[in-house]
Amino acid sequence: MSYGSAVVFLPLIASAIAGFGHHFIGRKAALAVSCLGILLSAVFAIILFNDVALNHHPIQETLLAWIQSGDFSLNWAIRIDTLTAVMLVVVTMVSAVVHLYSLGYMHEDANQPRFMSYLGLFTFAMLMLVTADNLLQMFFGWEGVGLASYLLIGFWNHKQSANAAAMKAFIVNRVGDFGFALGIMLTFWIVGSVQFDAIFAKLPELQTMDFMFWGHHFNALTLATILLFVGAMGKSAQLGLHTWLPDAMEGPTPVSALIHAATMVTAGVFMVARLSPMFAAAPDTLAFITVLGSLTAFAAAFMALTQNDIKRVIAYSTMSQLGYMFIALGVGAYGAAIFHLMTHAFFKALLFLGAGSVIHALHHEQDMRNMGGVWKKIPITYAFMWIGNLALAGIPFFAGYYSKDMILEATYAAGNNIGVFAYWVGILAAFMTAFYSWRLLWLTFHGTPRMDHHTYDHAHEAPKIMWIPLVILAAGALFAGVLGYPYFVGKARFKFWGDSLVTRHHDILDQAHHIPEWAVLLPTAVGVVGILLGIFLYSKGKNIPGKIASALPALYKLSLNKFYIDELYNVLFVKPAWALGRFFSVTGDRQIIDRLGPDGVANVSNKTAGRFSRFQTGFIFNYAAVMIAGIVIFTGYLLWTYWS
Amino acid sequence: MMLTVGLPHILVLSAILFTIGVFGLFLNRKNIIVMLMAVELILLAVNINFVAFSAFLGDSNGQIFTLFILSVAAAESAIGLSILVTFFRNFGSIEVETGSEMKG
Repeated sequence: MSYGSAVVFLPLIASAIAGFGHHFIGRKAALAVSCLGILLSAVFAIILFNDVALNHHPIQETLLAWIQSGDFSLNWAIRIDTLTAVMLVVVTMVSAVVHLYSLGYMHEDANQPRFMSYLGLFTFAMLMLVTADNLLQMFFGWEGVGLASYLLIGFWNHKQSANAAAMKAFIVNRVGDFGFALGIMLTFWIVGSVQFDAIFAKLPELQTMDFMFWGHHFNALTLATILLFVGAMGKSAQLGLHTWLPDAMEGPTPVSALIHAATMVTAGVFMVARLSPMFAAAPDTLAFITVLGSLTAFAAAFMALTQNDIKRVIAYSTMSQLGYMFIALGVGAYGAAIFHLMTHAFFKALLFLGAGSVIHALHHEQDMRNMGGVWKKIPITYAFMWIGNLALAGIPFFAGYYSKDMILEATYAAGNNIGVFAYWVGILAAFMTAFYSWRLLWLTFHGTPRMDHHTYDHAHEAPKIMWIPLVILAAGALFAGVLGYPYFVGKARFKFWGDSLVTRHHDILDQAHHIPEWAVLLPTAVGVVGILLGIFLYSKGKNIPGKIASALPALYKLSLNKFYIDELYNVLFVKPAWALGRFFSVTGDRQIIDRLGPDGVANVSNKTAGRFSRFQTGFIFNYAAVMIAGIVIFTGYLLWTYWS
Repeated sequence: MMLTVGLPHILVLSAILFTIGVFGLFLNRKNIIVMLMAVELILLAVNINFVAFSAFLGDSNGQIFTLFILSVAAAESAIGLSILVTFFRNFGSIEVETGSEMKG
């Protein structure tokens, strides 16, 4: 077994053992196996990263033939270039940390082995997605991620809201997946293959190809990339298909960390980066991605301003940061997008797991209105949250600073209207990001304690198994930016990325390194202002936020109710779907099909049988009489025919 | 002159026995034992026919058949009697009318 397949399949094997075997090997062994699987996988991923990304030896390995149908043949293959290697390290490391953390966090849950097994399955699906060599294999991982997220979000299935959230995540993702599937089909239609190299080889011909769709001519490539991007919108929670992401907070906190940092939401960003040659050849799609990414970054940050659930604030911040990544992809700074993906994975997992520690310390309290003043009780968690938030706000020398600023510089360097739009929207979002991060910090840790005495007195630091893994993430949030900068977006980038991204000799990052000084400094400046404003507004004794909210009720309500998008979808899609479903179920199924079909037949035969059964008197002499009568009649008939 | 017993007499006897058996079978509403006896009567009537024709035609097949039927009838009445015992256990009587479980 090669390193590549070891990285991918170890989590699956561990997951299967923990999931199916925990009755036989016991709870502790199951937990150990699942952690061991992911830890080994992470070690191999780092070895691979060294081989592939730093020493430039991409791997392409065919595992087995999958589909042979006419002209169409497809293999299960593992493709590991720099892009995949980065993803492998991010996914396995975050997943390993989450596994270890879950040992402590889920300790009291009777179904902990099942939980660990799902985590393993989730990781496997994501690894399958990032190592895919063709679109169909990627789709397999894509759907696997969706399935595992459904299982994990609804893990506490005794909670009605968790079940609803799981279903919502699955259904909203289905919309995106449908677009993705259509995109794959269209790609196959115009290229004749779904293998990446084959697609990229055919790009020059495709750029001028038209495609008839609903009586209109479209550029085939634009249409295909848009459809593929719809898939990315679903998985990466871009505006429009984002509604599942905040609700996914119903799952246990480690799941949120895993979904938001490593698996699932990064899938869309990865997919666009993987197909970067294809997207680069479709400028209209890129413009669309940039605009949508900007809107997402802004809208999500705006919605995060007023949320009260600690996890929801972080969830919206994820959505906002994903918006940044798509902005970067849209302006062609693919390296910057993946750079931000990597740094974001570290600090977002740190933030989520830190929030988990807070929730753990306060007896599963998630509402920030019932927190406050606990920083002395849980100093380690407090420190981790500071690091995470500093990185998120893009304060210099933390990881987020390098990646986020790079993205904004790239948008500025893009030079066109869309780039300028993205730059300013990004600046605004960066300001709000810093603000809501410190709102979160201050509401959670500072001020007067707002929980009851009992909870406050029992607030305690998380066990070692829960905070020691966070050290890795904190180290990532501190140093991933400064260490990764030269490779991901700096001077060494062309060599580092090799052939895995489209930008081989000349890219937008060249220009991004030469933009006016103020445009470089502005993101940091608004970050600092946002932080100071957050501290100022949420410090003790003043009720300024309340006054602002009552001064601007429309804006406040818009943010608190998340632009009423859920309500809008409820009216537009959910209720009509319910009505249609009820119509089909009551009128269609019960009143037409059942009445004429199974129920009708059953009724007729029942009534007929009832009528015939009256012949059965139950008296033997009656039967005897009938028998005799029958014999007489038959004999008489025979004799009559014989004589006549 | 003595009246010689010929084939017609025996056939008439057998027909009378058969008819008694048949009527016993379905006019009787009281007793299952009577019913079994009626069935035996029917079989005997058939046996008499067999023997009569065997003697008349000089063919011994008929008499062999009779022996077979007798042994089968013995087995059948054994089964019938055991059914009767079970019947009595279940219904507490051997009246035919009590057993009407098959009524639809």
